[in-house]
Amino acid sequence: MEINLGFLFISTIKIVVVLGYLYALLAVLGHASKWVQIGGLLAAFGIIQLIFSFQPEDAQIINDFDRGLLFQACTMTMVALGLNLIYGFNGQFSLGQWGFYGIGAYAAADITWRWTNNDARGLTGVAIGATLVAVAIFGVRRLIARYKGMPVMSAFTLYLIGTIVACALTMLIAGALDPALKPLFGTKDAPGIFASEWALQIVFFFAVLLAGIVAAEISFLFGLPVLTLGSDYFGIATLGFTIVINTLMVNSDTLLPFPEMKGGRGMIGIPKVTNWFWAFLFLLIVVIVMRNVLHSSTGRAILSVREDETAAKVMGINVADYKLLPFVIGSLFAGLGGGVYAHFIGFLSPGTFDFLVGFNPLIIIVFGGLGSMSGTIFASFGWMFFLEGLLRTILGQFGTEAPTWRFVLYPITLLLLMLLRPQGLLGSAEVGFLRAPKIAARTAASDNPAVTTPVK
Amino acid sequence: MQKANAAQQPSSNRRPGARLAWIGQGFLLLLAIMVVIILGRNLIDNPELFIQIIISGLQLGFVYALIALGYTMVYGIVKLINFAHGDVFMVGAFVSYYAVARFQLHVWPSAFFPDLDPLVTVTLGSLSVILLSMITCAALAITIERVAYKPLRDAPRIAALITAIGVSFFLEFFGALSFVFSPRFIPYQRPFDVVTWYIKDGIYLVEPGKAPPAGSITFSNILLIIAVASILVQVFLQFLVRKTKIGKAMRAVAFDKPTARLMGINVDAIITTTFAIGAAFAGLGGVLYAIAYSSIWSQLGILPGLKAFVAAVLGGIGSIPGAFIGALIMGQAESLTAGYISTPMRDAIAFTILILVLLVRPTGIFGEPEKEKA
Repeated sequence: MEINLGFLFISTIKIVVVLGYLYALLAVLGHASKWVQIGGLLAAFGIIQLIFSFQPEDAQIINDFDRGLLFQACTMTMVALGLNLIYGFNGQFSLGQWGFYGIGAYAAADITWRWTNNDARGLTGVAIGATLVAVAIFGVRRLIARYKGMPVMSAFTLYLIGTIVACALTMLIAGALDPALKPLFGTKDAPGIFASEWALQIVFFFAVLLAGIVAAEISFLFGLPVLTLGSDYFGIATLGFTIVINTLMVNSDTLLPFPEMKGGRGMIGIPKVTNWFWAFLFLLIVVIVMRNVLHSSTGRAILSVREDETAAKVMGINVADYKLLPFVIGSLFAGLGGGVYAHFIGFLSPGTFDFLVGFNPLIIIVFGGLGSMSGTIFASFGWMFFLEGLLRTILGQFGTEAPTWRFVLYPITLLLLMLLRPQGLLGSAEVGFLRAPKIAARTAASDNPAVTTPVK
Repeated sequence: MQKANAAQQPSSNRRPGARLAWIGQGFLLLLAIMVVIILGRNLIDNPELFIQIIISGLQLGFVYALIALGYTMVYGIVKLINFAHGDVFMVGAFVSYYAVARFQLHVWPSAFFPDLDPLVTVTLGSLSVILLSMITCAALAITIERVAYKPLRDAPRIAALITAIGVSFFLEFFGALSFVFSPRFIPYQRPFDVVTWYIKDGIYLVEPGKAPPAGSITFSNILLIIAVASILVQVFLQFLVRKTKIGKAMRAVAFDKPTARLMGINVDAIITTTFAIGAAFAGLGGVLYAIAYSSIWSQLGILPGLKAFVAAVLGGIGSIPGAFIGALIMGQAESLTAGYISTPMRDAIAFTILILVLLVRPTGIFGEPEKEKA
């Protein structure tokens, strides 16, 4: 029943080192010189990769537990950044992020699971399906553009019809392609080119991308009608979405035609492909894409919708579109995060995507500060290493009820934060790379768009 | 729906898309026809089963109505989704469990007045258990309101919402600790016996230990108690809000807080009262839910709470009859889905209905159109 002080000390040091690492990474990326940026990036990636590659088995610097925390923090950051785009920057209170995370995880896992079981239909089906649905969505969009003022229900019906047609076509094409691809896997004695380790790595990359795209397309179809509801109603509807997705996961083998997902028992046998390279790469993609979106005219439109919808409309911004766009991008990020997570953990259970756990990203972005990318990044890593890592281990020494105690303590922390500093730890401040780029002639006139009044 | 159409009429000449409203309406109509066909076929195939499902849906709906009242009142006044309300409901169920199973509170009338009719003593005993639950829940809600929500009254709305989620988490997981309510399902001991009747050419009592004859419709005294309690609460709240001074003050605070304060209304006291009343009826709902489904655990309140909120939104948030009707609809939808489509989808159906209803009527069934307020 006594706390190991040495362990406490080392864990605290770890949290400080991780946060310092992130700060240094963001600061280096924000440097003016391109060479410093690239060098810093390579160094940041290389340090951890070198430790992973060359640390001795008996004296690990980053042990398996910390490695797990690191990767989960990366995926959590992706999900939370997406949510911050939707809620923090665009002002749409969404609780559906966890559902899209689950969709991404299951979609990516299904592709690679089928691939390792010599079935290319997962990849071809999702790839063709995602493409055709995208074509259908853009096609219907062009059609609708001619009929201004169409009620949202009609538009939704047209999109739905387009999607259903695209999915039906996909099943035909993927089924027809399958006999041609099957021999490429080879047999057990003479594996074909598809069965190699490199092929799996490439498939993993596309699986994660496609998982993101699938999540984005579903979020488009869902968000189109639902974003017209008011703020709280939107929150409840998205919470409902997470619950519906979770119900579907629990019954994926009975209600849905996916016996390999094994319903409530959990999906096993997902190849553990995620390594530090992939986790770092996808996190970097998400951070850079989001930063560049936010500091473009699109980003200013997104912010203006949060600040005042009427004023934004007067300035010629299509409010409905600029609510939908961040929602879709945010879900894309969640889908990517889900794909990376599934291939790290190797096992998916519906309990992971329960809506109660789904409050975590929301709590992270509120902790870090709504409308602050840096805050979200620091908060996700800190949250993961502190709550999941340190606190769980400390509480674990007091008995078997550690997870429950953790959930008792962190609402209290949350309440204290809300009472003492409701705008989050960082408010809307940004660090290094994530600061708005300085525009030479108009630095005084154009204030930092990220620094605005707190969200209403 | 007709109102919405009427509002769009004048602009339809200038906006070519408005002429295509029939696509969306056709889609909704198709869905409605599908539902009617599924239900109609089942009604004709097996009318007894259909009525049985309707009865179980009624039982569920009346309990949801009790919880939904608290949501709708609180949201109507402070515009806060009180996530902790469902957990107050759970606490109500647990208080009655401890009162009955541990402290035998429900037998005090027969202990003190052994000469009384057993029906009277059981009723008195059960009522005292319910009263204890209601008072505890009201006290809990007042504490939550004072500690967590009141300091944030002028903060951004999200702060209060996150706080509500935090309080909800706290109650759920604090309750899951082994020395509080424990994380397991606990069999619930009823303070009175269940009496079941069946309907087949008249109403007969089901003998204990015997199954009712095939093809009959059964109902129990629990359904009657829940229905009577729910309707009485409904009438009481209508009276409270429409006819009393405190109800008038509540409506004034809901309409415009600063002006209500100028009129000499103690806004904080009114808000606290609202929380307490809502929580008391959630406590009543918790006891009745536990009696009806006879198994409780620390996360009992989450899904009924959410569905009750959905019911309140469905009926038009802020409207008390709306919450009642919405809850009945929700109970039927859930029970019919479980009966005819698939049991696991019954949690999903609530939110699907919510989205569809809000798309057609954004303020809910009984909601008044939102007024522009500064």
